[in-house]
Amino acid sequence: MPEWINISGIREKITDTSAEEVTLSHIDKIRNSRTYGFSAINEKAVEQAKEIDSRKTDSPLAGVPIAIKDNISTLGIPTTCSSKILEGYVPPYNAHVIERLVDAGAVILGKTKMDEFAMGSSTETCCEGPALNPWDTERVAGGSSGGSAAAVASGEAPVALGSDTGGSVRSPASFCGIVALKPTYGTVSRYGLIAYANSLEQIGPMGTCVKDVATVMDVIAGHDPRDSTSIKKDMNYSKSIEKDINGMKIGIPEEYLSDGINPEVQKCVWDAIHKMEDLGATWKSVSLPHTKYALSSYYIIAMSEASSNLARFDGTRYGLRAEGENWHVMASRTRAEGFGDEVKRRILLGTYALSAGYHDKYYLKALKVRTLVKGDFDRALSETDVLMGPTMPDIAFKLGEKIKDPLSLYLTDVNTVPVNLAGVPSISVPCGFADKMPVGLQIIGRHFDEESILRAAYSFEQNTDHHKKRPEGVR
Amino acid sequence: MITEEEVEHVGWLARIEIDRSKSKEYAEQLNSVLDYFKQLDEVDTEGVEPTYHVEDLVNVLRPDTVTESLTQEEALQNTEHKKDGYFRAPGIM
Repeated sequence: MPEWINISGIREKITDTSAEEVTLSHIDKIRNSRTYGFSAINEKAVEQAKEIDSRKTDSPLAGVPIAIKDNISTLGIPTTCSSKILEGYVPPYNAHVIERLVDAGAVILGKTKMDEFAMGSSTETCCEGPALNPWDTERVAGGSSGGSAAAVASGEAPVALGSDTGGSVRSPASFCGIVALKPTYGTVSRYGLIAYANSLEQIGPMGTCVKDVATVMDVIAGHDPRDSTSIKKDMNYSKSIEKDINGMKIGIPEEYLSDGINPEVQKCVWDAIHKMEDLGATWKSVSLPHTKYALSSYYIIAMSEASSNLARFDGTRYGLRAEGENWHVMASRTRAEGFGDEVKRRILLGTYALSAGYHDKYYLKALKVRTLVKGDFDRALSETDVLMGPTMPDIAFKLGEKIKDPLSLYLTDVNTVPVNLAGVPSISVPCGFADKMPVGLQIIGRHFDEESILRAAYSFEQNTDHHKKRPEGVR
Repeated sequence: MITEEEVEHVGWLARIEIDRSKSKEYAEQLNSVLDYFKQLDEVDTEGVEPTYHVEDLVNVLRPDTVTESLTQEEALQNTEHKKDGYFRAPGIM
């Protein structure tokens, strides 16, 4: 039976048996998956595990299996962004985070499903069909890193990497009852991450507990000259969780607990806030007055950046190529056949927003509103240490419920996208159940203050039992 | 409002061929999103600077030295359309 095992549990198992055996047992679980989070298994995983066994290394992740979202380049393992246009593409190099993980002894289990090019909030735009929610397989796993979340929550991988452009690690973590961190912009190198909206996105770790997320952060974070937005900063994430939260000042943004939020979700979040109070923290209401406009600003910026970033998929150098009498026709047909509807909509809207006559009305306006949204966070976090609210406005919705109406799907990101506009760090941690489905608490911090949000999440987790529940069929 | 003709024009700018039979559906979907974006008109942004980027970084440079890169073979490994170490594509003009 699949089970949730944390990194230290995995390492004990390796000591008792071997990395090879641990990897084999995870691959066996992936093959018998009922949530279909993986799109590919790494054929060399067992070989990598054997190599770790022979080295007898003491690296922090020695022999620990990890699942990787399919927009992160993996040398020799197909990387498709869950899109038909990249079918058969095998990267000739590793992303920075993969180099770091391999150096730390981690075993790459395989690649996980995502919304095509990370455009979506439910993993339903994946070209191979969706990943399912382990708590109720008729519901979505969230997105866009839904495959990674489903894999972790189904006990098929102890930890995973996702990427977060507007909530893409936090949304599925909330829906699947696990932990995920969106680091401060610039903390984790984006070298080898296939870009969607490059001024917004960060790679982030996902796991069954806060400590594992911090352990993976220690491995993947750090300066990389190949990403010109990568920041030089030395951090010790694992160490930061040890201190308690006595005296911590929490801000509760009133906009995050508005009428649009499921009342049961609100109750879980308020219970969590009161628990934090019991643990010595204080809270007060704060306002992020431009929250209402963040969604529009985010989508205009993300779509505009996407229209430029996805120009490279033109049939010339890799992936699908359609027939055409000249290059323009070939490229236009390749992209018409290779991209799914949501990707096309976003590229079209982004192209429109950047086109002559509309640039100032949409794109420039969105960038100015971004300044105001960022200012909201700067003000609120100058008088508090962290902000808390629900990660998602509701529990996981049913498959097919929102996919036909793009706007209704965009609206589910209302509490997560402002964080990416501001570039601040944010973590989602399980804080209860509504209608038997998990609810996530979002904890937001100041730029580069992952320490406070990890500490708050860890204290909360260690003093509550929400993380001890398991989906059916998982131990 | 974006018209069906504009959808096809934007499709051409973005190099995405739009099937005539689907341009009406696209126009409707794009208009519902653009309609939502209109709410930004309410926000007073007089004198507000745009944020392209949240970091204070400007012009990150590295020394102009030759470093390791992909070999020609690696760069070409993902396509059948190649000749003499180059990518092959239909004529541009």
